[in-house]
Amino acid sequence: MIIDAKNMQYAELNNMIRNSDEEKFTLENVLGQRYIGAGLSGKEILIKGTPGNALGAYLNGAKISVHGNAQDATGDTMNDGAIIIHGNSGDTTGYAMRSGEIYVQGNAGYRVGIHMKSYQEQFPTIVIGGKVGDFLGEYQAGGIIVVLGIGVEGCPVGHFCGTGMHGGEMFIRSDVKPEGLPVQVCCNVATPEEKESIRHYVERFVKHFGNDVDTLLSSNFFKLTPNSASPYKQLYVNNL
Amino acid sequence: MAINYMNPLFEVVRDPDRCIKCRVCERQCANEVHHYDPDLDRMISDETTCVDCQRCVTLCPTRALKIRPNENQFRENGNWSQQIMDEVYKQAGSGGVLLSAMGNPREYPVYWDKILLNASQVTNPPIDPLREPMETKTFLGKKDQSISYDENGRPVFEKNPYLELDVPIMFSAMSFGSISKNAHESLARAAEELGTYYNTGEGGLHKDFYKYGANTICQVASGRFGVFKDYLDAGAAIEIKMGQGAKPGIGGHLPGMKINEEISKTRMIPKGTDAISPAPHHDIYSIEDLRQLVLSLKEATNWEKPVIVKIAAVHNVAAIASGIARSGADIIAIDGYRGGTGAAPTRIRDNVGIPIELALASVDQRLRDEGIRNNISIVVGGSVRCSADVVKAVALGADAVYIATAALLAMGCHLCRSCNTGKCNWGIATQRADLVKRLNPDIAYKRLVNLVHAWDHEIKEMMGGMGINSLESLRGNRLMLRGIGLTQKELDILGIMHAGE
Repeated sequence: MIIDAKNMQYAELNNMIRNSDEEKFTLENVLGQRYIGAGLSGKEILIKGTPGNALGAYLNGAKISVHGNAQDATGDTMNDGAIIIHGNSGDTTGYAMRSGEIYVQGNAGYRVGIHMKSYQEQFPTIVIGGKVGDFLGEYQAGGIIVVLGIGVEGCPVGHFCGTGMHGGEMFIRSDVKPEGLPVQVCCNVATPEEKESIRHYVERFVKHFGNDVDTLLSSNFFKLTPNSASPYKQLYVNNL
Repeated sequence: MAINYMNPLFEVVRDPDRCIKCRVCERQCANEVHHYDPDLDRMISDETTCVDCQRCVTLCPTRALKIRPNENQFRENGNWSQQIMDEVYKQAGSGGVLLSAMGNPREYPVYWDKILLNASQVTNPPIDPLREPMETKTFLGKKDQSISYDENGRPVFEKNPYLELDVPIMFSAMSFGSISKNAHESLARAAEELGTYYNTGEGGLHKDFYKYGANTICQVASGRFGVFKDYLDAGAAIEIKMGQGAKPGIGGHLPGMKINEEISKTRMIPKGTDAISPAPHHDIYSIEDLRQLVLSLKEATNWEKPVIVKIAAVHNVAAIASGIARSGADIIAIDGYRGGTGAAPTRIRDNVGIPIELALASVDQRLRDEGIRNNISIVVGGSVRCSADVVKAVALGADAVYIATAALLAMGCHLCRSCNTGKCNWGIATQRADLVKRLNPDIAYKRLVNLVHAWDHEIKEMMGGMGINSLESLRGNRLMLRGIGLTQKELDILGIMHAGE
């Protein structure tokens, strides 16, 4: 089903998608309509243009591709499915995501992957082709974040990466170690075996957006994990 | 070994003439205060771990036990109370942040107790609720401001999503994690029987309780634990938790050791890992951002469910409420500084926030002044202790109230304020299987139903006395209230006159 979203309000647009029996949608002339695909499962949406905030919020298995840039809160509390962005993505991409995958060809904003978590077989993935802003993976509790830094000079992540991190892992392709890492984060140069562990994600990135897997993986990666010696914890004393 | 400076708070008084050494106290105490000494052939107490939960006292078959404040006291000092001194010792010994449970216990003014209700005499007859119909049903949600008509001249009702309450009392948010599964089951079943709602808190919804969905409010908090499509669809309403009266501005942290199999399933996080709820929602920095979360939840649930935004009562609560009333939310829940909690830093619990009575009065007034009171319903909590508090809250402008501490009491809680230890002897604030089974949901749910029914009768009686036969006529009817012993400033904020005026 092809929908011309020009001048269409988001509620109407989302209603059409939700209430239609069809499984595949192409949205044309999308310009800022919010909440596209919120809570959706079992459908596929191709977006041409610029979707608004909270694209694919609570996404529950549907697949969304964007030919254009996505805005803030893409994939908020996503439970399953895929969001593929042929462009850039805004702040809090993948907030509290529990499963599924988000692939961004270009850059992403601040607080990407914040409070991402995993559960049983549910395991979320975020792969960013370019660079990201500050607070990447803040409060990360599970899943994996990969920042490829393609075409980026210096380190492709901002400050305070992994603040409050208490699970999961991040891989950052860079020759320069991220600056201002908090004490809750361990940062090591990824071993060849560790780099192999993300081959699958790099392959999927390359499948969507092109590039060469082996060239990307031959570069230096930093692997970030929670620092069990200095966990993110307040020291409490019971005061009854 | 370092000296323990702590003075036990309580002493266990055991009447040797009554004690039959049955060892019930020993088996009942998760804090291991009592034990039997076979050499001495008598029961021994170690009161250092006693929290005065009264479990042993209540279950002692010969009523041989009393728990009373420790007579041994530090030297009296009007400034340095024993409690303050104890706290210094604790922190000097541990370096830790003080952690407490349940609502602010300090002696701040309780405004409910300084407000008196009116009754009819002579000119406007009182109504006997046993004889005449009285209405305590209430609807929560946006109220339409205009009526439109179809081509046949019939009014068109564009229904906003709403909650229908048979009594103006709901059970406030308590997560599965902070309280036990049996406690949750009791609340759910009571809500169903009472025609009202209970609230999941931020811990997700146990699969066994999806069947109570029509009486469930599903909470979404900053950690988004257990939040996914089925959960959002399961409840009758969705509550966004921005804050909590017991700990405004503070997030939550359920330690990994409390994340057992069942809690892991409902929170949807691995067993044994910490559940951290950050203090803010990291996607909400403004009313516009809040609106985005409200509308995204509505969109995800096909615009069928009302959205509640819960905030703590803080200094500029009226301005915040005004923003929330414009955010697309249907209901605002305000939690006063006496609201309970499973765990909060002591200093936050005891020093942050304002009384719900003042917050409610100023919010209701502000929304009226701005002409947006009907955009949103107001629910208040944070120590509503009895039916008179409910009547006063409604007269100050509330549409309904949230109760939680009173609900816990109904289930057997004795307010020992030790929820954070996870060793609740009453089976409420614990996940230890041997303790949880002490709470029988068949009995506890009935006690909750009894409590709310009794309150409902009392509310009707008080309304009848005022010559009012529906809650709707009481709402915001501040003429029914008078202050006693309040300053002019306090009266002005409450929007009521002094007794005698």
